[in-house]
Amino acid sequence: MEGLTLSDAEQKYYSDLFSYCDSESTKKVAAHGRVLELFRAAQLPNDVVHQIMELCGATRLGYFGRSQFYIALKLVAVAQSGFPLRVESINTVKDLPLPRFVASKNEQESRHAASYSSDSENQGSYSGVIPPPPGRGQVKKGSTSHDTGQPRTSADQQEPVSPVVSPQQSPPTSPHTWRKHSRHPSGGNSERPLAGPGPFWSPFGEAQSGSSAGDAVWSGHSPPPPQENWVSFADTPPTSTLLTMHPASVQDQTTVRTVASATTANEIRRQSSSYDDPWKITDEQRQYYVNQFKTIQPDLNGFIPGSAAKEFFTKSKLPILELSHIWELSDFDKDGALTLDEFCAAFHLVVARKNGYDLPEKLPESLMPKLIDLEDSADVGDQPGEVGYSGSPAEAPPSKSPSMPSLNQTWPELNQSSEDTAIVHPVPIRMTPSKIHMQEMELKRTGSDHTNPTSPLLVKTADLSEENKINSSVKFASGNTVDGYSSSDSFTSDPEQIGNNVTRQRSHSGMSPDNTAPPPPPPRPQPSHSRSSSLDMNRTFSVTTGQQQAGVVAQPPAVPPRPQPSQAAGPVVHRPVDADGLITHTSTSPQQIPEQPNFADFSQFEVFAASNVNEEQDDEAEKHPEVLPVEKASDPASSLRVAKTDSKIEEKTAASAPANVSKGTTPLAPPPKPVRRRLKSEDELRPEVDEHTQKTGVLAAVLASQPSIPRSVGKDKKAIQASIRRNKETNTVLARLNSELQQQLKDVLEERISLEVQLEQLRPFSHL
Amino acid sequence: MVHTSLDVVDEKISAMGKALVDQRELYLGLLYPTEDYKVYGYVTNSKVKFVMVVDSSNTALRDNEIRSMFRKLHNSYTDVMCNPFYNPGDRIQSRAFDGMVTSMMIQVC
Repeated sequence: MEGLTLSDAEQKYYSDLFSYCDSESTKKVAAHGRVLELFRAAQLPNDVVHQIMELCGATRLGYFGRSQFYIALKLVAVAQSGFPLRVESINTVKDLPLPRFVASKNEQESRHAASYSSDSENQGSYSGVIPPPPGRGQVKKGSTSHDTGQPRTSADQQEPVSPVVSPQQSPPTSPHTWRKHSRHPSGGNSERPLAGPGPFWSPFGEAQSGSSAGDAVWSGHSPPPPQENWVSFADTPPTSTLLTMHPASVQDQTTVRTVASATTANEIRRQSSSYDDPWKITDEQRQYYVNQFKTIQPDLNGFIPGSAAKEFFTKSKLPILELSHIWELSDFDKDGALTLDEFCAAFHLVVARKNGYDLPEKLPESLMPKLIDLEDSADVGDQPGEVGYSGSPAEAPPSKSPSMPSLNQTWPELNQSSEDTAIVHPVPIRMTPSKIHMQEMELKRTGSDHTNPTSPLLVKTADLSEENKINSSVKFASGNTVDGYSSSDSFTSDPEQIGNNVTRQRSHSGMSPDNTAPPPPPPRPQPSHSRSSSLDMNRTFSVTTGQQQAGVVAQPPAVPPRPQPSQAAGPVVHRPVDADGLITHTSTSPQQIPEQPNFADFSQFEVFAASNVNEEQDDEAEKHPEVLPVEKASDPASSLRVAKTDSKIEEKTAASAPANVSKGTTPLAPPPKPVRRRLKSEDELRPEVDEHTQKTGVLAAVLASQPSIPRSVGKDKKAIQASIRRNKETNTVLARLNSELQQQLKDVLEERISLEVQLEQLRPFSHL
Repeated sequence: MVHTSLDVVDEKISAMGKALVDQRELYLGLLYPTEDYKVYGYVTNSKVKFVMVVDSSNTALRDNEIRSMFRKLHNSYTDVMCNPFYNPGDRIQSRAFDGMVTSMMIQVC
């Protein structure tokens, strides 16, 4: 600290006080004892007292030397006058009234004070400088170091003491200083007896003596033991004790402080280095930093570019090297810009540095910026300091240093841009439910022959693959649609099972064009129609065959009114095409829907389907497209088929055997209907469609209950059966369609081959 | 000696003609009879040159090692550059950088 300039009156007063305190006449007074009482008598908040002690360097020395004592007294006067505690204020405050001590013990002092008060000093700048007392040097060092920045490395420097910068800052740092002070001035702190914290003093003093080691903390990051002392010292919560004391005073002075210059800010910063965790940022500090951040970058989630940050922090007057180091520490992501967290960390580091703390080699955990995820480990270390240079640091200083909650944690949210958002997990979309069902069914039935891609939904392609398996030939003709369907079909009704690729294909082909389109949507609900294509089928059927297919196709979506009349297999409630009821379909014609089980209703269908399908298949097979043969049996199958638009398989199955996989039930809704017409015979089917929806559940039940297409009990069952029949019909139709298409495909292929051959033959000539 | 190396590096660069795409340039040369050391050069896209002088007594470091060292050097260098307080051209005083370099050297020796 700079030399203390005392007026004569002050000089005298101080000497008296010193003598009073220095009972041992050792020219230095311990922090404890009289000095404490004296300070208490000054009726200053504990915080202030701590701060004062810090500032005067007594902490560092461990005792109050004459100079420290004088400084302390001066500071008491300053504090009592309501001026911010700053080292500079010692000399700058002119006409400062003499410190007043109220404690009884200090009556004489107060008397003295009174007498001296005549001097009345005003704030101003002191002229003349008292040669800094010996001890001062150290203390001064600390305080002045603000400007210098770095020197504080020495642990024992009570840097903190130095400029009592804005009271706000003091809290955080003060504890430290206090500690030191307490240690040193065990006896001599009577300078300013704190009225309030009186009781604290003694314990503090005692504690302090034991914790002298704590001083080292100062420089270190650890709030060390002294804090504990403090804690006990002040009955305030541990660590925060000092800080709290200070904060109180600080706050008062805050207003004054705001005017303070950067030095003040520094102090604040220092103090902000929390006791418990030297690097913790208190709420106040954090708030301060945030405000500063805003001045540079209004968007809290944005970045402060390097150049702006550089300017800002340069104001702190720290050496470039230090600033550079701080930057390295705080720019966690090395992007050349500071996020709010980084900024706060940087600011914090600057503050700490100014207060004498050495910069760490690596970013302290509490300063790690928190990722949006709020990871504690994040570096919050953004340079807190940068913001505050302008001097507003005052606000930042967290009043409770010791227990400064790591603001970082609170903050992170601000900055973090929720990275985590979510790793979106692509959920497979079911394009065609039926496909899945189909798959299942198939699997079940064929024992997973088809390894239909379970992603049926998405997969048209998967279907394709299936298709391939199933209808190798058809695929292409039917084009994509078919594929789409086929895939679905494949799922549902293991083509193998159906065994009749042909049928399937047929249906596929028919549907393909349409089917491909729908993949996703199709209400493939009906598992019974393993073939998604069922829908298409309907359409295609209408187009192509027009007859049967329609019927079949129609199934799927709109519960095609499968005429399935008699389909005993009825249970195949394919029709529920509309409904996701593929499953229901199966229920309808459990027996008849061998294939369909692949549809949605896998589970159920499985049971039925197996039985139903078989039946149906057989029927279907016989019937083959034109025949609505199976209206009964096939109904379910076809209906199933239809139901499953995507279930090409169904078609196949249907074709092959009225696999009543009612699952699919006809994803093809409306279109198939007309086609179905031919299946009209199975009127039931149609109605099934309608019923299907309802039946979905029913079907399942029905299916389950009917092992043999029994018209079962109740309407529901019948309906279900009807739908099943329809589905079967659809299947049949589709199967037929498939076969036809495949045939066409073959033909086309042959043509192609021939053409190619011709081309080859001609080519040589062309080259010539 | 280092200056000579730099001259050689310059030579190479100008000789290279095509874009400095070749990130690293292992220049194993400059084996002075007495000095017995090797100099490796590395140029970045921004024409910043790294020169590494290695004592030949070291069992020749493998090419890969040299490259990885240069890579690390480059990375650290960019980190240093990110610091707005760093003026290009100044001596690099970054502790992290120094630490990295030191560790690298220790690792080889």
